[in-house]
Amino acid sequence: MSEKRPIISTGGRGPAAGGARRTLPMPARYAINAIVVLVLLVLGELMIDGGAINRYQSTVLEQVGIYIILAVSLNIATGYLGQLPLGHAGFMSMGAYGCSIFIIRVSEFLGVGARDFVTGTPMALLLVISGLVVGGLCAAIAGVIIGIPALRLKGDYLAIITLAFAEIIRVVMLNIDDVLGFELTGGAAGLTGIPGFSSFLLVFGCVAVVCFLIHTMMKSRHGRAILAIRDNEIAAEATGVNTTYYKTLAFVVSAFFAGVAGGLYAGCVGVLQPAVFGFMKSIEILVMVVLGGMGSMLGSAISATVLTILPEALRAFSEYRMIAYAVVLIIVMIFRPQGLLGSYDFSLSRIVERIMNRDFPWKKGDAPADAAEGKEVSADAER
Amino acid sequence: MALLSVKDLHVSYGAIKAVRGISFDINEGEIVTLIGANGAGKSTTLNTVAGLIKPESGSVEFDGASVVGVPAHKVVNRGMALCPEGRRVFTQMTVAENLEMGGYTRSDAENKETLEKVYAHFPRLKERRGQVAGTLSGGEQQMLAMGRALMSRPRLLMLDEPSMGLAPILVQEIFDIVKQLNEAGTTILLVEQNANMALSIADRAYVLEIGTIKKTGTGAELLVDDDVRKAYLGG
Repeated sequence: MSEKRPIISTGGRGPAAGGARRTLPMPARYAINAIVVLVLLVLGELMIDGGAINRYQSTVLEQVGIYIILAVSLNIATGYLGQLPLGHAGFMSMGAYGCSIFIIRVSEFLGVGARDFVTGTPMALLLVISGLVVGGLCAAIAGVIIGIPALRLKGDYLAIITLAFAEIIRVVMLNIDDVLGFELTGGAAGLTGIPGFSSFLLVFGCVAVVCFLIHTMMKSRHGRAILAIRDNEIAAEATGVNTTYYKTLAFVVSAFFAGVAGGLYAGCVGVLQPAVFGFMKSIEILVMVVLGGMGSMLGSAISATVLTILPEALRAFSEYRMIAYAVVLIIVMIFRPQGLLGSYDFSLSRIVERIMNRDFPWKKGDAPADAAEGKEVSADAER
Repeated sequence: MALLSVKDLHVSYGAIKAVRGISFDINEGEIVTLIGANGAGKSTTLNTVAGLIKPESGSVEFDGASVVGVPAHKVVNRGMALCPEGRRVFTQMTVAENLEMGGYTRSDAENKETLEKVYAHFPRLKERRGQVAGTLSGGEQQMLAMGRALMSRPRLLMLDEPSMGLAPILVQEIFDIVKQLNEAGTTILLVEQNANMALSIADRAYVLEIGTIKKTGTGAELLVDDDVRKAYLGG
């Protein structure tokens, strides 16, 4: 049912939306979503300060946020562009190493101590934000390098080439010190001395910003071009979409946000080892996207949340996690091949509009015939 | 001067030569059709003109400027639109969204205007504007694909097998619309296997056989031509 719905519609524009239907102006939509995001943030901060969430739990929450960013960013390439890259962990590791090395070197140079990152001086904050951007850019560059040759291929070929590329990144991180002759990544022993700059506030902020940016991109004409390529590449080309450009763009944006998530990950765990960013990590992220529903940002976010918290909650059985993954995937693929939410996406403004129009799901008879046209992607408020 | 002029076009897929030296012209305001059996090179020719395939040699000139080597998404800006074989609508988008995509190279204001014109030609699309394109019938999808191509305001509309897989009554309807569009000022290059239908609306026609042009003439001439009748019109 839900996969039959349009992914992104013209929203309130156009005569089709029905004259009598009351709609929200764009600033109001943004305001509503911004308020909800802020309320959630304040609530979370209060719970952490008040001790309702202990240190361990807040670290898990940070991990959840990081995985949400990874899942929604991979969703750009799988759900929106319709490709199947298997190298997301590679981009994550590019971002993690790029961000950490930048922060370590620059903080040494500027004399910013590890304590400053915990207390959050303006200098440290600036450093963290630029570090995340640097991490994202490192991943984006890797995305361009792999994307241009890889996107000539499709389906399983693309999966294999991206998988191989992620492995190359891992091996490079492992051995680059020997090649360069000085210490950069720390090799197999790992990169240590990364200040623990990730906090609930930072991760939450990044999740909100990333979701908002992806949402706006997908609603724009660029997003429409990407969706057109997924639906039919030849037709997209024939209508004037530069398919090579947009495929690469989607791929690179996806890599960029994975890099940001990698940076946050580095700030969360404090130590980076190449082995962490192996093939299984890519699969883990892909599982989140497929499970949540390809093309659904909320679906990706929900399954990222569940699949991060579940192994923590089942700590004692953690070794059986991959078995659980396999079983869950098989069950979902049999009973809901389109993922938990299909391509449905949550929109807070749509719900508010429904209430404004007294158009509730249980009042089926009264619903305007073309109510389905009011659909749109809006996931910027989901967390 | 011809609007589209193709000279000695050669196209290969690897070692297979699909088009072996085709030359033809289309004048402004005409309906020109390429007819022929499966594998005659009709679609290949059309896709090459539209920029989806690179030719091995030969020239394609549109409005006096060469379009060889121009990528398909830029060919649209020159004023040519391809309605590809097998319809290829954006299945997960609504009818309105599909049409909006068709006007991708145009401004919103232009699209608003063109949309009304497209709806006037295809009232069925207006009725179904909120419906997801994948759930439309074959005929409606064909109309949508044509409407989408029109949204870029082409001077030359290239239709690849618009009658494919449609019921006879719908084929008639589609061809009536093609005629209407032509009368409204769009030049049309039509590729068809349904030779009878294509010849009956075409000003001029080219008969293709294994990558070369075998015969040319006006639609009416070829309709009564013995060879054409035997080969393509069933006696």
